[in-house]
Amino acid sequence: MTNEATVLNSHHSDQLEADQLKADQLKTARQARYSPGQSAHKFSLYLYPLLALALLLLVNVLMDPQFFSLQWQDGRLYGPLIDIVNRSAPVALLAIGMSLVIATGGIDLSVGAVMAICGAVCANLLLLGDWSIPAVIGLAVLTGVGCGLLNGVMVSYLGIQPIVATLVLMVAGRGVAQLLNQGQIVTFQNPDFAALGSGSFLGLPVPVWLVLLALLIMQLLLRRTALGLFIEAVGCNAKASRYLGIDDRGIKLAVYILAGGCAALAGIIATADIQGSDANNAGLWLELDAILAVVIGGAALTGGRFSLPRAVIGVLIIQALSTTIVVSGLPAKFNLLIKALVILLVLMLQSELFRNQLKALLSFGKARGGKA
Amino acid sequence: MSRTYLPLWITFALVLLMFAAGASQFDGFASLRVVTNLISDNAFLLVTALGMTLVILSGGIDLSVGSVIALSGVAAALLIGPYQWHPLLAFALILPCAALFGAGMGALIQYYQLQPFIVTLAGMFLARGVATLWSEESIAIEHPFYDAVAEFGLELPDGGWLGATSLLTIALVLLMLVLTHYSRFGSYIYALGGNSQSAQLMGVPVARTTILLYATSSMLAAMAGIIFSFYTYSGYALAAVGVELDAIAAVVIGGTLLTGGSGFIIGTVLGVVLMGLIQTYINFDGSLSSWWSKIVIGGLLFFFIALQKLLSRSWQQKAGGKA
Repeated sequence: MTNEATVLNSHHSDQLEADQLKADQLKTARQARYSPGQSAHKFSLYLYPLLALALLLLVNVLMDPQFFSLQWQDGRLYGPLIDIVNRSAPVALLAIGMSLVIATGGIDLSVGAVMAICGAVCANLLLLGDWSIPAVIGLAVLTGVGCGLLNGVMVSYLGIQPIVATLVLMVAGRGVAQLLNQGQIVTFQNPDFAALGSGSFLGLPVPVWLVLLALLIMQLLLRRTALGLFIEAVGCNAKASRYLGIDDRGIKLAVYILAGGCAALAGIIATADIQGSDANNAGLWLELDAILAVVIGGAALTGGRFSLPRAVIGVLIIQALSTTIVVSGLPAKFNLLIKALVILLVLMLQSELFRNQLKALLSFGKARGGKA
Repeated sequence: MSRTYLPLWITFALVLLMFAAGASQFDGFASLRVVTNLISDNAFLLVTALGMTLVILSGGIDLSVGSVIALSGVAAALLIGPYQWHPLLAFALILPCAALFGAGMGALIQYYQLQPFIVTLAGMFLARGVATLWSEESIAIEHPFYDAVAEFGLELPDGGWLGATSLLTIALVLLMLVLTHYSRFGSYIYALGGNSQSAQLMGVPVARTTILLYATSSMLAAMAGIIFSFYTYSGYALAAVGVELDAIAAVVIGGTLLTGGSGFIIGTVLGVVLMGLIQTYINFDGSLSSWWSKIVIGGLLFFFIALQKLLSRSWQQKAGGKA
């Protein structure tokens, strides 16, 4: 836009100064709107999720002084922190894909079922025996991408509401996975493939590396190109972005495909981890955890903004919470209840009205009725 | 006007088709016994789906219903068993509590402008969490009242039997039919689902309607939990997992639009009946595996949504413009 303004300037030299001013304003406006890692506002966006995570970790350390200890054993690190990160891996992958879908104002309920399908594909191909591991992985990812394509076409080209469109695959997908497994739990013996779930590389578990790799690639893809901006534009207003020349349908299709691919990776990790495919339980309800993580990371379900690192922090918060409950010695039956209460708290903190009420309550002595 | 009812007619035709397919293939499929079993087997789903219809008509969604079913079942089993309450007294406590739970979710959605999806998701975890907290094991219910209710019913010819819970379900369907289509509350819900801003400007009490709506949904879910406890003679914290999705699927198959503002109670009834018929067909066949029911229901869901989309699109073109 700055370039256009300069071109215009040469045609209307009498308005040069005014136009120059306009161009400068545009430039600053653009920088303020879109400059990753430069705005002061960004810091506070990271502050609350990180604070919540730090608080949880602090509680853990208070209960168990050994919490931060890391041991080096058999060429890899062990410790509660590594545990949290490792266990977060499948949901983190889902959350990366889910972030993009939610940023366009959509939602993908099918990712858990897609995990199950891709897991079943892996297990059955490995049982056949004559497939190389890259081929198995490739086919599983392709399956996930295919599922994403199905969702994306329903949402963007048929104009079906995302909740319903992905509900179709959520219901049918688990059936398809059971069909592939013929209702059995398919187990396999393949140490090389199992390493994807339980192996380690440079001291860290392989799933963690996979998440980091996915995060890095996606972040580069989204923030070093205009794709991320387009996704946010479509989430803010699909019709307006179409008038701007953004292919809103193509963007929506792309995010569901990416979410399907991420779900496939998560399915591969989960299958490799247990060396088997359980169509009934693989990825069950993980879509809800992924959605929660994205929301805890500060994204609005109405779309328009996303942050992959914050979504991953959200996943870590959820996993750290479960670990905290285990470490605290509370029976596992408290797990869901505490999770629900923490989610409610995080949700309420995101509501401006509640924050104002809280402020009014805290400064009750000074300002009476300081409601916004 | 006929376009409005077209999804209903299509679901109805599919129900007849499914029934005809079953009747032509299996002896004893076309009997009153099968029909009445269909009602009693799906009574709890139907009651849940009634509440879900209201919520979806208003443009919202309620993911907590499955957990509320489990919670009310566990509460009933605990009160009747260890605490020695009379079942009716227990129900009299559970239903208002469930309504309060739903009202709480409605208030969060209304006053704090939170998304129904995420609020009811938290409600789902909360209800299931409380249920697991109270009991992790399935609690059996043994009470003379339950035996008496089990024996009560209408004997029909042809081996048909309408039990007390089926009769209750039918009564609830009629009640919700009147409430949704012939009451002021009902028209408020349609107005909300059409456009909540216009509804407010028209003088619809948006806050009250929203809160009442979610309260009704939770109360019906608790009612479904009670019906479920009559069905299983127990309360279990892990019961009815995923019923919310079945209920949403039934509502959508019944022709209600998820964007809100358009749909019918009777459509939901047909949706539940169709899903039940598919299950019955699979049971009768015996050789079809259970996963086929999931795949078929998923396919049906897709068919209906695509159909609705097509219809509304052609209707828009006829109206000569986009909204």
